[in-house]
Amino acid sequence: MTEIKRRTLLRSGAGVAAAGILSAPMVHAQGTGGTLRCGFWDHWVPNGNVIMRQLCAEWGQANRVDVQMDTVTSNGNQILLTINAQAQSRTGYDLMSFPAWEPSNHQRMLEPVDDVMRNLTQKYGAVNSAAEYLGKPAGTWVAIPAVAGTQLKPSCVRFDLLQQHAGIDIRAMWPARGERGATADQWNWETFARAAEACHRAGFSFGLPMGSFTDAVDWVGALFNSYGAFMMDDKGAITVRNNAKLRAAVEMCARISRFLPNDVWAWDDGGNNRALISGRSALIFNPPSAWAVAKRDAPQVAENCWTVPMPAGPEGSFAAYLPYFWGIWNFSRSKGAAKAFLEWLSDRAQAERQTNGSNGYDIPPFASMADFKVWETEGPPVGTVYNYPVRAHHNAKTSIAMAPAPAAMAVQMYNQGLNTKLVARIVQGGESVDQALGWVERELNTIRRGG
Amino acid sequence: MAADASTAPNMSSAPNSGRASSLQRLARRRSTIAVLMTTPLLVVLIGLVAYPAGYGIYLSTLNRRMTGFMEGEWLPTGLGNFEILLESETFWAVAWQSCIFAITAVILKALVGFWLAHMLHHIPSKGQRKWRGMLLIPWVIPPALSTLGWWWMFDPAYSSINWLFQVVGIPAVPWLGEKWWARLSIIIVNVWYGAPFFMIMYLAALKSVPEQLYEAAAIDGATSWQRLRYVTLPMMANIISITVLFSLIVTFANYDIVRVLTNGGPRDLTHVFASYAFQVGILSGNIPRGAAVSLFMFPILAICAFFVLRGVTRRNKEQM
Repeated sequence: MTEIKRRTLLRSGAGVAAAGILSAPMVHAQGTGGTLRCGFWDHWVPNGNVIMRQLCAEWGQANRVDVQMDTVTSNGNQILLTINAQAQSRTGYDLMSFPAWEPSNHQRMLEPVDDVMRNLTQKYGAVNSAAEYLGKPAGTWVAIPAVAGTQLKPSCVRFDLLQQHAGIDIRAMWPARGERGATADQWNWETFARAAEACHRAGFSFGLPMGSFTDAVDWVGALFNSYGAFMMDDKGAITVRNNAKLRAAVEMCARISRFLPNDVWAWDDGGNNRALISGRSALIFNPPSAWAVAKRDAPQVAENCWTVPMPAGPEGSFAAYLPYFWGIWNFSRSKGAAKAFLEWLSDRAQAERQTNGSNGYDIPPFASMADFKVWETEGPPVGTVYNYPVRAHHNAKTSIAMAPAPAAMAVQMYNQGLNTKLVARIVQGGESVDQALGWVERELNTIRRGG
Repeated sequence: MAADASTAPNMSSAPNSGRASSLQRLARRRSTIAVLMTTPLLVVLIGLVAYPAGYGIYLSTLNRRMTGFMEGEWLPTGLGNFEILLESETFWAVAWQSCIFAITAVILKALVGFWLAHMLHHIPSKGQRKWRGMLLIPWVIPPALSTLGWWWMFDPAYSSINWLFQVVGIPAVPWLGEKWWARLSIIIVNVWYGAPFFMIMYLAALKSVPEQLYEAAAIDGATSWQRLRYVTLPMMANIISITVLFSLIVTFANYDIVRVLTNGGPRDLTHVFASYAFQVGILSGNIPRGAAVSLFMFPILAICAFFVLRGVTRRNKEQM
């Protein structure tokens, strides 16, 4: 009889255990597809996070992947700090929400997603030009334009005040249906400046911030773009000197700024919201979040609000756009699952659920998705946000301030608010246009050095 | 006999000590124990101070993409970011504003703290404790929270201070929208937050001044001003110097007040080194240049520290 020794027993046991482990499926909490760690932007609209959690759970169950979702707030720039910390340490989430300029900032750390974008554009058509400029910095898509968190900043108008003090019937100009009003062609910056003056004199100044926060930089950027006014071209060359378009845009912006409240130079991104909700302002540039808060806190204000495109300039109408992106870190060990998940999230059905969940706040990157029902039905007044997404009859393009400068430099110009400071130097600082343009040229030289 | 200077007192019996291994002897040495006891502190200092500082210096030498060292035109390679900053109009405005902010705020904090400490010192000890507690409140509230409270009071559209002004017929003040008002606002908040620290330090110093000195001064017929000038101030000089130095370092590196109240505006005229470094480094994605901005604080503070500490050392020698 063969004697079973201790060593033999141990050896056999180890072999059985190893065979079991190697042959067993990778069992995780929820399925067999591994784990996907997601850091999504913490949505301002509370229900936005709820919808995203539902979507994560649904896709996770269908694909047997344990989708772990965190929300990262943008308050205090926490999301930027998280992105930078993960990029430096090369560890963290598999996929994250990236604010507008971050895909180009971290392009070397992001997994290319050309394949996902190819599939999506085949299904839904081209992505808007501003999203392509930000998400495809060197000819390769490094992040997918996200639905959740992406916003436009059209005009949110108190139609009663504009009618009363400036004689403009904005609802007739931009009705809640797919056509322009008879007077829509008059909605340009010249008309806007005259209306700003009239409302200012009546005590209902337009609430347009002029500091260095995004709302300020975005609306001034859209005005500049509608004049074809660029401070730097796409090759990185400074185009400030002898630039008649830039001078015209600066002069128009300075003219409008003189009819704003005297403290707009210190407004943050909430300043314009507060101006509208308090009933002190006849117009702001903002997503419908200001109107949504007014609906709750000041219904008499909300009932008189109407969202319309930004005014047009000599080069057309531009809509201030501030997107989020979904990007996959190149150190992720679940790139395949992340791509599949993000493509699914971008599909029309899921995009519509995100937009509905945010009460119409979230804007998908595809023009073919500008027909979601939520924008027609939201109110009061019903149709107030019909013209929030860029629709075909607006004849407008999305605008990102500081484009077409190379993203590496544009992000610095943007975050330092060079366009608003240029105007502030003239209107608040008392400098001449030439002095202010000289200053911005020197700043651009500083930014350009060292990339 | 006293314990040997280099070894800990031997608690074991004498016959065993001769057989102790060299490892045991090493463990028993005072220097070994000292190293072991300070190791946690050293680990913390190296991990949380020395390493980040060294890494910050390294980052400041890189180009924006962090793929190589930043070249300079007239400074050597690696110092290119510093060269660019030295040629930048905005950076010099930031440096100027940082100095205005830090120096003004520290002087005001020292004066307010000194005055409060004197007031407290002369309150009978029974009531002193509650006043001391109340006056320390600004210092114990997290500054980000209290600054938010101040921001609501300064808020451009709904300033409660302006509302009170209007009640008594004073025109509204653009607290955060106009250059000098914005600068004043951040100094006011910093003084409100930091003065209690000066107060408590000065109060401790006042309590340590021997009463006999005042009695002798009174016998000599000294006025209250002379008692302050020739007794109190010389006795407090070292505490004043150290407190000012400490506060100067903290105030120069201040970030949250500027960030919450003005974000550097209007027109970058309230930026300090830390807020500008954050804007350039994190928000604008140029981490090396942001690191270079923050490192500019170092030589300024080093010079201040050198002179203040030299003064303290000199006074100590004179008193010995």
